Amino acid sequence: MASFKPTKIQVYPKLGEKVTQDTLYWKNYKAPVQIKEFGAVTNIDFSPVAPHNFAVTAFTRIHIYGPFSQEPVKSFTRFKDTAYCGRFRSDGQLLAAGCEDSVVRLFDVSGKVALRMFKGHTKAVHVTDFTSDRYQIVTGSDDYTCRLWDIPNATELSTYQEHTDYIRCGVTSKLNRDLFITGSYDHTLKVFDARVDKSVMTMDHGQPVESLLLYPSEGLLVSAGGRYVKVWDLLKGGQPLVSLKNHHKTVTCLSLSSNGQRLLSGSLDRHVKVYNTTNYKVVHNFDYAASILSLALAPDDESIVVGMTNGILSMKHRKSPEEAKETSGQPRRRPSYRVFVKGKNYVPKQDDYLVSKPVKQHLAKYDKQLKKFNVSKALDTALESWTRLRKPEITVAVVKELDRRGTLKNALAGRDEQGLSQLLNFLIGNLVDPRFAPVLVTAAEMILDIYQTVIGQSPVVDRQLLRLQELLEKEIDYQRDLLEVLGMLDTLFASSLPKKEVPCSAISRSNGMAQEEARPQLQAT
Amino acid sequence: MVEHGDIRVVHRGGSKINFREPVITNDSSFLLCASGECVKVFSTSTEECIHDLRGHTDLVTGVLLKPSNHLQVYSCSADGTVRLWDFTDGILIKVQLDSCIVFAFTVPHPTLSVMHLLTKGKDEKLFQLVAVHLPQSGDQLVEARELSAVLSDVSSNPAAITIGRGGEYFASAKGLQLEVYFFRKQKSYRFSLKEGNKKGGRNTFTCVACHPKDDCIATGHEDGKIRLWRNFNHKKEYTYTTLHWHHSAVSSLRFTPEGTNLLSGGVESVLVQWRYNQESQRDFLPRLGAAITHITISPDGALFCTSHSDNKITIIQSCVKVSAVIQGLVKGESVRTDLMVDPRSKAMVLNGKPGHLQFYSLQRDKLLYNLDIVQQEYIHESGLQQFEVVKAAFDASGNWLATVEERKQKAAELELNLKLWEFDEQTQSFVLNTTISAPHEAQITAMCFCHAADSQTTMLVSTSKDGHFKAWQLATPARPSWSCDFVGAYHGLVPKCCCFSADGSLLAVSFQEVVTVWSPSSWELLTTLSQPPGAIRDLCFGRLSCSKYLLGTTASNLLCCWNLLTCSCKTNCILEHLHGHQPAAVFVFKPSEPRPLFSHKAVCSGKVTRAVFAPREDMLESCEESSQWLNCSQLYFLTQYMDLMTFITKAEEDRLMASSKQLVIDDSVAMTPFYLLLGKHRQQQQENQDTLSTLSAERTPLPQGSVAIKELLQTPAHVLPSTSFLCSMFVQSLLISESKHAEEEMESEKEEEDSEGEMESSTSRPREASLAGHATETAALALTKAQARELRRVKKLDHSWLSGLLDS
Repeated sequence: MASFKPTKIQVYPKLGEKVTQDTLYWKNYKAPVQIKEFGAVTNIDFSPVAPHNFAVTAFTRIHIYGPFSQEPVKSFTRFKDTAYCGRFRSDGQLLAAGCEDSVVRLFDVSGKVALRMFKGHTKAVHVTDFTSDRYQIVTGSDDYTCRLWDIPNATELSTYQEHTDYIRCGVTSKLNRDLFITGSYDHTLKVFDARVDKSVMTMDHGQPVESLLLYPSEGLLVSAGGRYVKVWDLLKGGQPLVSLKNHHKTVTCLSLSSNGQRLLSGSLDRHVKVYNTTNYKVVHNFDYAASILSLALAPDDESIVVGMTNGILSMKHRKSPEEAKETSGQPRRRPSYRVFVKGKNYVPKQDDYLVSKPVKQHLAKYDKQLKKFNVSKALDTALESWTRLRKPEITVAVVKELDRRGTLKNALAGRDEQGLSQLLNFLIGNLVDPRFAPVLVTAAEMILDIYQTVIGQSPVVDRQLLRLQELLEKEIDYQRDLLEVLGMLDTLFASSLPKKEVPCSAISRSNGMAQEEARPQLQAT
Repeated sequence: MVEHGDIRVVHRGGSKINFREPVITNDSSFLLCASGECVKVFSTSTEECIHDLRGHTDLVTGVLLKPSNHLQVYSCSADGTVRLWDFTDGILIKVQLDSCIVFAFTVPHPTLSVMHLLTKGKDEKLFQLVAVHLPQSGDQLVEARELSAVLSDVSSNPAAITIGRGGEYFASAKGLQLEVYFFRKQKSYRFSLKEGNKKGGRNTFTCVACHPKDDCIATGHEDGKIRLWRNFNHKKEYTYTTLHWHHSAVSSLRFTPEGTNLLSGGVESVLVQWRYNQESQRDFLPRLGAAITHITISPDGALFCTSHSDNKITIIQSCVKVSAVIQGLVKGESVRTDLMVDPRSKAMVLNGKPGHLQFYSLQRDKLLYNLDIVQQEYIHESGLQQFEVVKAAFDASGNWLATVEERKQKAAELELNLKLWEFDEQTQSFVLNTTISAPHEAQITAMCFCHAADSQTTMLVSTSKDGHFKAWQLATPARPSWSCDFVGAYHGLVPKCCCFSADGSLLAVSFQEVVTVWSPSSWELLTTLSQPPGAIRDLCFGRLSCSKYLLGTTASNLLCCWNLLTCSCKTNCILEHLHGHQPAAVFVFKPSEPRPLFSHKAVCSGKVTRAVFAPREDMLESCEESSQWLNCSQLYFLTQYMDLMTFITKAEEDRLMASSKQLVIDDSVAMTPFYLLLGKHRQQQQENQDTLSTLSAERTPLPQGSVAIKELLQTPAHVLPSTSFLCSMFVQSLLISESKHAEEEMESEKEEEDSEGEMESSTSRPREASLAGHATETAALALTKAQARELRRVKKLDHSWLSGLLDS
């Protein structure tokens, strides 16, 4: 007597992205912590010293958050108007910020009142930064000028009036105390040297420049503006190295991962993209709820902080190693080892009479019911909400098995309104899935055959049937479009391929491949 | 076109064992069943076939234990004879001739010496039940003249006739009528059922069983009902109760010998055990594999035995537990996978049970195992569309097996699965590696592995009716799995068959009338060959010395042979004129020659559908040119009616006959594997000895003492003379013999055993000469009177074994 062969659940190939080291690394973050700020978050800056607090500039305030706190540990509220670009000095003690009212303020991180006020700009200051000698501040403003200030005296050291539009971004060199770079809406990047009174290098980005980033080695400069991210080689006199166009809206912010291997860019299209800095390919992608204005990575990539136009600050913290293991390994506590070896290691004594017990075959509930030919019950089991929603392939496999047994009609028939609407719900959810379509189309036809007499008796069922109809009509339109595209592609392939000695084989080969690619969609017809 | 007289067509194994119900002997140790032209005796414990009872010249139609002697068995055959056998030894005791064709036995009458046979009456369409009185005669050949018809117009199904309690009455069912015939009253009662009730049930009788202790007849019906009839010796007041569990026709019914249980079986392949008088209590034995055709119960009730439609007999203990399965070659309606030979086990592979591939050992006529391809629960219901294995292919080393299964439903898409199986050394069976669902959009027409032995990659090519052929390649990342490597097509034509050359450097794919030759390494189309008219049906590359040839058959009965070096069609052979009047003929060609090497017309009735060359275990040394092609391999072919046949040469046949005879002679030795091993060795020894004896003709022929030794060993000790006496005789005889004999005495024990074997195997030699020589030798001794008397007694015992020992 052969044992019952359980229903085979088809394993479908997973669609979508491939799992790489990068996806594993960048997915290994906890669920984001979201904090609502008063306005759009324009800038985020991490303190270079431990415990790596970060300053968030939003509306008229700058909040400083601790690495794990959800409440600001400190806030600076003495701004008359919208604050911009709150940045830490390299020792983490001072913080400089621009403001809409053209005054640049310098704060002690532990104090509350501004230590210095630098007045001189005539319009809003969007860029502030400390030079690497820690005694000067570089600012860029909407009055097209950038200025260098001395901190101890609070005096202006020099002014550069080379840009012809708003200056919205800038960085200072960490290696040379005199070098700084600004980007402007006049599409240019300019490298200034404080020792001379004009720019030493100018590069044309082609779009209003929104963000700038220097590599730690300071040989390469990354600029973001429009939909482009461009990399420049400073050592070769500002030669453009590569131009990336992966976003479909303006790129607003840039960041570098702690080891310098990955570049992150945030954009108004609500995506953060991660590039590999050796080949500049996108290796990962984050989605956010709103347009992204600012982005920062904590040292060692411990957290990703993103500020958005709707004032939401999203913080993702890296999972600790044990947490990472927990999710991949054991979601639940299993019975202890003792349970499994219970009685297994017992050695029978010499005069024991051994009674062997047949190993009981474990069957799923629907299999047990199928074994007893309880077809309707088996379908009910397979349509239970958990299975139906989480593992639709099980439901489909049971439907297929019933069809093979020739009893699908019996199993589908004789259902009340609730049962029928459950069934129709499942169909609406999965009928157009190319993996399930061949099986479910048969089932759908049967359902319509069986229940056509009850149409009009229940508003719930009628509504669902209408939805099903709409779904199918839409699907048919899609298929028609796809076939048109396929025809166009075939023509293109046929004309673009060079003529070989045996032309027909070459053409037919491309035909075959094109159809291969399109097969998943075709199956749905 | 030479007909070869010395090559004959023979049936080769695989005959039905489920044709008639088997018989279990009284001690439940043997099971006898009709199998083609012989009766097979199986052991119920080991499932092995112990021996065949051969002698009938036509299909055996029934087996029956002799009621008076439980060690003898009757068998009847369509050749019109009834034979009596001693089944423990396989000896034919008596042949009884009947004038008409016997179809089956019915249950024996317990008291009278009457045998009831189901025969075809004078009117060819009607079957009748005939009683034959067994003549009391000592002759081996008896002619039965006293035939008396008991019932005429009975069903052709032997299950529909049975004999009642104590042999008082017969019950026979045909159509919608049950007829009960009482011997004593010579009167029959007929009970009719209606055509069918309003629910559409069909009331036709299918089988009948009588209760052994009670007046009760159980009948099975087409609609799955079982009716228990009582009071049937009244015309009007009969009653019946109905039991219903089966959903389709009940094919067999049996009461246990004590009458406590009723067993029933049908298409559902579930054995149902009903308690008599407590019918609500039932035991089930589900999933027996295939529809039950017969149920048999051993006379002591300890064993049940069910025959199944897939040529299988299951032996079941009465506690409803399967204890053994005897499986014959499964024959479906057609072999959709071709006949193949597994390169590893040399077993023939074809599809058998639905969704399975069967591995059938040709040498041992035994089904090795069934490989479950579909791996789905089989639903036993007629009219249900099931998955079928339609194509299978082995790679050259037998490491990979590719199978295609398909299921076509009306108004639904074709379901197609391509499965690749890897041979697992540990379990010694194939393990599923990759399943590709919907590999093509239409049916797969052919499939073939790349045969190159040294190539790094394993490749499979499948052609389909969707106009493409696909190459599948084994990719080896962490876990090897198969994926599509190339999709090819040619002018949108439908490919029919494909074939790799022996070294794997070329792939030939036929598209209707055109053969395309591709290079598998670059997937370039190298050349096209065509030979209109007629689409190509089959393609094959030559091997070894003929590897430059590509052979193809076309729909217009043309055999084409292309030389691939010149790309020209070398030979055409039109077989049309041959096919016209000879429906079944087999031709054997050499690729390099246009004329057939061998042809055989009218090999069988019906068409020859499939054929395969199976390698032999040991090469045949035939020097005749005409039969040299059979030296390394044997050609097996399957006919339209699913008969497995083969060609056999005269020499081989003689050898087989000789070996079978030899087996009959020393049947006192158990047929153990050890014996077979030794027997082979002995045979060789004997051959050596034969050559030796011809060389040294002057030496006295070796005296054959095997019988004597046997006698010495087997005669009871109290009959033999005292050991001390024999010993002294023995030593004395040693003394007078030549010195070299004494030396040889020192040889190892093993050799002695061998020489004993030699003696045993050639008992037919005359031994008078050696006896005489021995007598003179002993007479030369001076003996006392008593010794001489004793000696005379011993001489009578035939002590040639002594001289045998001497000369060894």
